[in-house]
Amino acid sequence: MDLTTRYLGFELPHPLMPGASPMVDDIDTVRRLEDAGAAAIVMHSMFEEQIKRDRLQTLRAAEGPADSFAEALSYFPSLENFKLGPERYLEHVAKIKAAVRVPVIASLNGVSSEGWIDYARLIEQAGADALELNVYFVAANLDDSGDAVDNRVVDITRQVKESVRIPVAVKLSPYFSALGGLARRLEATGIDGFVLFNRFYQPDLDIDLLEVVPRLELSSSQELRLRLRWLAILSGRVRPSLACSGGVHNVADVVKAVMAGAHAVQVVSALLMHGPDHLAKLRTGLAEWLEAHEYESLGQMRGSMDLARCPNPVAFERGNYMAVLNSWS
Amino acid sequence: MVDNVATRDDTTLMDGNLAAGWVAYRCSEVIAIYPITPASPMGELADEWASAGKKNLWGDVPRIVEMQSEAGAAGAVHGALQAGALATTYTASQGLLLMIPNLYKIAGELTPFVLHVAARTLATHALSIFGDHSDVMACRQTGMALLASSTVQEAQDMALIAHAATLQSRVPFLHFFDGFRTSHELNGAVPLKDDDYRAMLDEGKIDEHRRRGLSPDRPQIRGTAQNPDVFFQAREAGQPFYDACPSIVQAAMDRLGQRTRRSYRLFDYHGHPAAERVIVVMGSGAETVRETAMYLQRHRDERVGAVTVRLYRPFAINDFVGTLPGTVRAIAVLDRTKEPGAVGDPLFLDVVAALAEAKATGDSHFIADPVVIGGRYGLSSKEFTPTMVRAVFDELGREKPKRRFTIGINDDVGKSSLAFDGLPGNQLDINPPGTIRALFFGLGSDGTVGANKNSLKIIHEETGLHGQGYFVYDSRKSGASTVSHLRFSPEPICAPYLIRTAGFVACHHFPLLNQMNVLEHAAIGATVLLNAPGSANEVWASLPRSVQQEAIDKKVKLWAVDASDVASEAGLGRRTNTVMQTCFFALSGILKGDAVTQIKHAIDKSYGRHSGEIVRRNHAAVDAALSHLVEISVPALATASHDRPPAVPSHAPDFVQKVTALILGGHGDALPVSAFPVDGTWPVGTAKYEKRGIATEVPFWHPELCIQCNKCAMVCPHSVIRVKACAPEALAAAPAAMRSLDYKGDEFAGAKYLLAISPEDCTGCTLCVAVCPGKDKANPKRKSLEMLPISAVGADNRAAFEYYLTLPEVDRLKVPLNVKQVQLLQPLFEFSGACAGCGETPYIKLITQLFGDRAVIANATGCSSIYGGNLPTTPYTCDANGRGPAWSNSLFEDNAEYGFGLRTAYDQLAAQARSGLESLAGLLPERLVAELLVGTGRDEVSIKAQRERVAELKPALGAIDGITARRLLEIADNLVPRSVWIFGGDGWAYDIGFGGLDHVIASGANVNILVMDTEVYSNTGGQQSKATPLGASAKFAIAGRASAKKDLGMMAMSYGNVFVAQVAFGSKDQQTVRTLLEAESYDGPSLVIGYSHCIAHGYDLSHGLDQQKLAVESGHWPLYRYDPRRLAAGEKPLVLDSGPIKAKLADFMHNEARFRVVEGDNPERYKMLLKRAEAEARLRMDRLRFVADFKEPHGK
Repeated sequence: MDLTTRYLGFELPHPLMPGASPMVDDIDTVRRLEDAGAAAIVMHSMFEEQIKRDRLQTLRAAEGPADSFAEALSYFPSLENFKLGPERYLEHVAKIKAAVRVPVIASLNGVSSEGWIDYARLIEQAGADALELNVYFVAANLDDSGDAVDNRVVDITRQVKESVRIPVAVKLSPYFSALGGLARRLEATGIDGFVLFNRFYQPDLDIDLLEVVPRLELSSSQELRLRLRWLAILSGRVRPSLACSGGVHNVADVVKAVMAGAHAVQVVSALLMHGPDHLAKLRTGLAEWLEAHEYESLGQMRGSMDLARCPNPVAFERGNYMAVLNSWS
Repeated sequence: MVDNVATRDDTTLMDGNLAAGWVAYRCSEVIAIYPITPASPMGELADEWASAGKKNLWGDVPRIVEMQSEAGAAGAVHGALQAGALATTYTASQGLLLMIPNLYKIAGELTPFVLHVAARTLATHALSIFGDHSDVMACRQTGMALLASSTVQEAQDMALIAHAATLQSRVPFLHFFDGFRTSHELNGAVPLKDDDYRAMLDEGKIDEHRRRGLSPDRPQIRGTAQNPDVFFQAREAGQPFYDACPSIVQAAMDRLGQRTRRSYRLFDYHGHPAAERVIVVMGSGAETVRETAMYLQRHRDERVGAVTVRLYRPFAINDFVGTLPGTVRAIAVLDRTKEPGAVGDPLFLDVVAALAEAKATGDSHFIADPVVIGGRYGLSSKEFTPTMVRAVFDELGREKPKRRFTIGINDDVGKSSLAFDGLPGNQLDINPPGTIRALFFGLGSDGTVGANKNSLKIIHEETGLHGQGYFVYDSRKSGASTVSHLRFSPEPICAPYLIRTAGFVACHHFPLLNQMNVLEHAAIGATVLLNAPGSANEVWASLPRSVQQEAIDKKVKLWAVDASDVASEAGLGRRTNTVMQTCFFALSGILKGDAVTQIKHAIDKSYGRHSGEIVRRNHAAVDAALSHLVEISVPALATASHDRPPAVPSHAPDFVQKVTALILGGHGDALPVSAFPVDGTWPVGTAKYEKRGIATEVPFWHPELCIQCNKCAMVCPHSVIRVKACAPEALAAAPAAMRSLDYKGDEFAGAKYLLAISPEDCTGCTLCVAVCPGKDKANPKRKSLEMLPISAVGADNRAAFEYYLTLPEVDRLKVPLNVKQVQLLQPLFEFSGACAGCGETPYIKLITQLFGDRAVIANATGCSSIYGGNLPTTPYTCDANGRGPAWSNSLFEDNAEYGFGLRTAYDQLAAQARSGLESLAGLLPERLVAELLVGTGRDEVSIKAQRERVAELKPALGAIDGITARRLLEIADNLVPRSVWIFGGDGWAYDIGFGGLDHVIASGANVNILVMDTEVYSNTGGQQSKATPLGASAKFAIAGRASAKKDLGMMAMSYGNVFVAQVAFGSKDQQTVRTLLEAESYDGPSLVIGYSHCIAHGYDLSHGLDQQKLAVESGHWPLYRYDPRRLAAGEKPLVLDSGPIKAKLADFMHNEARFRVVEGDNPERYKMLLKRAEAEARLRMDRLRFVADFKEPHGK
């Protein structure tokens, strides 16, 4: 069965790949993922904010008590001995690149304009084949307008795209007023792909200690539906290739994602639950499903259920609420 | 080194430790290290160089091994040498003493070896970390050659000469330079080139050393035992090597001189060619003498000279005598050590003997036999200045000079001291014209010293000036003040003494103006720069009156900048260094070019590699600094109505007024000998008289939110927060600030609950706020304790605290001994100089609350001995009855034995007292004797009762004649149980003191051992110990420790009869309290290992309690109690107090820079270490569970 697909300009043997997660921190796991047939390796994000915070804290911890007490002019080995910045991530890019033959897609979450650009360049120099921009802001400032948030995403994307030669994908969150319009604007920056969607730590409350506790649960197939809608809406209507990320657990999920228009399907939670070999099972299962349902190729199926081609596009456009009501009428 | 100084451009800035340490590294293959001040940096540098792959002269990275003690390091190098390797080590003071046995062996076996020593005072009546020659002089007999350096340059050059000469001569060398004065002085030195090393080190001799190494291919035996028939002769057999040694050293000096134009002699003479008065001296003081002699000769035409001793052992008589001009009539020999009871101090005796020998052999060339007098100077880095040197020369000019004298102090007891003028304005100024002298007063935490080191580098790189930097620190670990002494000059600078008159004085922390006389050393017309808060218009008025007057009298040019505000605005927090440095450069004009650009360039170099953000913030601070710098006009009259407050309050005791206050005010040098106790015994409870006021924000109590849990008092490292219950009527006259609540609890039903905070003793660590559970339910951000500016709440807090102290303490007998109520007990350890947020002191405070009135504490050297007993003030105190902990520090290595000795003595004295009671039974009330003999319980009730019986006994004994009654009277107090505690850190317990600790717990003695485990040698600056966990980076384990932390508790449990526990007060405070009570009540050895968060862990200690919780929950630090009494009762002896692992070890580790840097630097290695650490944590838990579940096979 021909499962080939084209994502971010790469000809891939099939659409399945691990999504951004700490799984790839371990080179052995990366190799296992490749052995399981991963079409590409997506790295977890380099977080500019975390790098900066860790670095500041380390510098403060080392410098704060230094040169205060005659017996201990410092309490720490000289920081000259260590790499405190993005080196760790960049070295890891190079290591993964050296360890696998498939494309390596790095990921970046910046906070400052210079951070986005500088780190994107460094990632490119480190050997990444493509870059996924993890643009995520919580617009907690009540004076921020939706336009301002959109503009920020577009500006950053444009600046990064202009700064690097490797393909660039933008990983979006679903929380935009007009995601389609934003996608159009982002398309105009020349980007190569969209990844739909990001999943975030969500705050929870500890009602005994009266504290806010961040939590991140593994996804379930239920989360796929939000992706399916927007894949279907964008499929065939924007130039950049599309990746589905979030809620893909089984073969049916993969099929749905591709039918909705995905060129690539990223899997994280299912791999964390079942191990890297699960990717091979999904690939085999996908081929079997296509064969059983007499598809000629994956390409035949891609986008077959998108907004333009599905029999009842209103279900995507108007929302399931109406559909549910209708079902009771 | 003086005659052939290279041009300034050839020099590199370095300190003595770096200078000597690098030579040692380059010339060695095996380096054994162990930290000790002030030599630690040599070992640290060696470890860093090895980690960075730096190679020795032969292209190899030396193998660096950290040992458990200096004795271990000496043993290791001895072994390495005997295997044919080139080995070295570094040490000082007590560490050197521990090496002495091996030094005899190494020398007796004629082994080429160099030991580099940053010479430091030996502990006698007190410990001192500072410099003198008492340690190296203790090695005179070992057979080591002793080679002295006087300057940073010499520390390098003599190091190489020593390495060269030892190979040639086979005599091992002890190369030394003065601790701190040389080891820590930044100065320019010309680095040696590889060709210099190669020219100096004889490869053939290295081959010979290798061939002498032990090898099974050519077996030999060394270290035999010899008998009276041959030992003596065999000992003499090595003598020719000593005879040849001086000429070999001179030849090495000559070789180096030919290559570098820096010429040295075994004894160097400088001064008038026909000098009549000469001073003989060794070490950095020799530079002061040399410079002064040259000055007096040139400017006063005095016929004086100086002899610098370089090779002290073997003492080359003819070289020494030949060095002296024949015209010499009087010689003063200066020793930097004291040998009580000797005819004279050691160098003096050698000189006298050498001169007598020369005369006897006809080698004396003097016109007349010179008079030789001996003087002592500079103990514990006591200042030694040109003014003092002049006083010695003056003494030599007298008809009958003092035969023995001291210089630098006022000995009003032994009358030994020579008079000299100590006043700042009357100092002999011998620095070359054009010397720029600058003084900077700062706080340790504000980065002043770091900035000044940076300034030295900039000036060194950007100007043609020579520079010298020396930095003085006080002995506190929080809120410490620093004074930086910087000199710059077109001429090379030696001047190994502090600046007494400065043309530039900066005060980086405004409150210091109220604590010390900052302008004391300002020259007439000096530029004075203040970091002053608020508007420029208010600066003059805010100065204390005496500072205003001094500014007027000295016609200073006064400048101010609100550096704290500028730094804060730039995002640098309290780091004002960049702002002040920029202003210094602007005002001093020392940089000819664009100072701002050069500072920014330096910032880029310092931080660019790590953080663009830090660079950006510092650049912003530089840019803003000059626009905030304003000149303050100095009016003709002082106008302030306020002045520097007295160092201690007027109600302080006489000794505190007369001695402590002077030390606090920076006038300790002026105290005469008679002011001091003769045996190092000091009064307790003096810390409370020093109100330092170092916190900008202090906690403020909102009673309405308080739940009276007392956790704030429990965790406060400085005993600043106190809680008490008192009768409502006692508050009738209370100030409004003394707020109260109705006491919750039956034990003091109807009483009022008080919480008081001492603002000036607070360090602002915020642990109290972090632990406070009293949240406003409608706004949980608001807690019962809130940090507020001291300017806003200080007065209220102070009024409340002062009133609080007047109220009676609670009745100890009524206090339930659980975590909440024990905080009602008075802490007898308060206001120490420990770090803000210290993780050790809460344990100590708690122990003093529980047992302080009957505690005797043996304290190992380390952090706890420094904040526990470093002058000027003492935090251990006593209760209203005058009872409190008796505290003593013996050494680092012997603390368990020392405490054991105390225990043994108390046991013996108690036994003798009981025996005496029995002897006198017929003469004393029968009931009293019977109760005294039985009443040995250790609970509060029993102790109170026993004290009352002893009080009853004493008058009864007074009425009985006879020696037995008199003896019993003296020792009757021992009938009340003493609680013997042995305190120390992990460096002591796991490493250097482990042998003793092991022996003491095996002895069964009733001692209570508290190990405050910071998992690193904290006091000496964060070197790894065997308590350092897997994966943590520490000095000596930069890449992350690869071995598991030693399981000290499990080892101790193996004895079966030892109470063993692990506690973490930040995790389960109730378990900590319970453990200490059980440990103390156990009639046998108790070992309590307390997790102690520490600044060396690399995070903001305001999160210390959270990290303690994570340490426990992640399995890093399981909580348990092993109590042998439970075994006897048929129960399982081990109780696990922490549950199963429920947090990720990775989360615990990522929060601390000690782990995070490893993670960032080498993620794969870190991952491997993390996996091993996780496995180790599980294994420890499993082992503990195994022991906890273990059933005695014999059904005990």
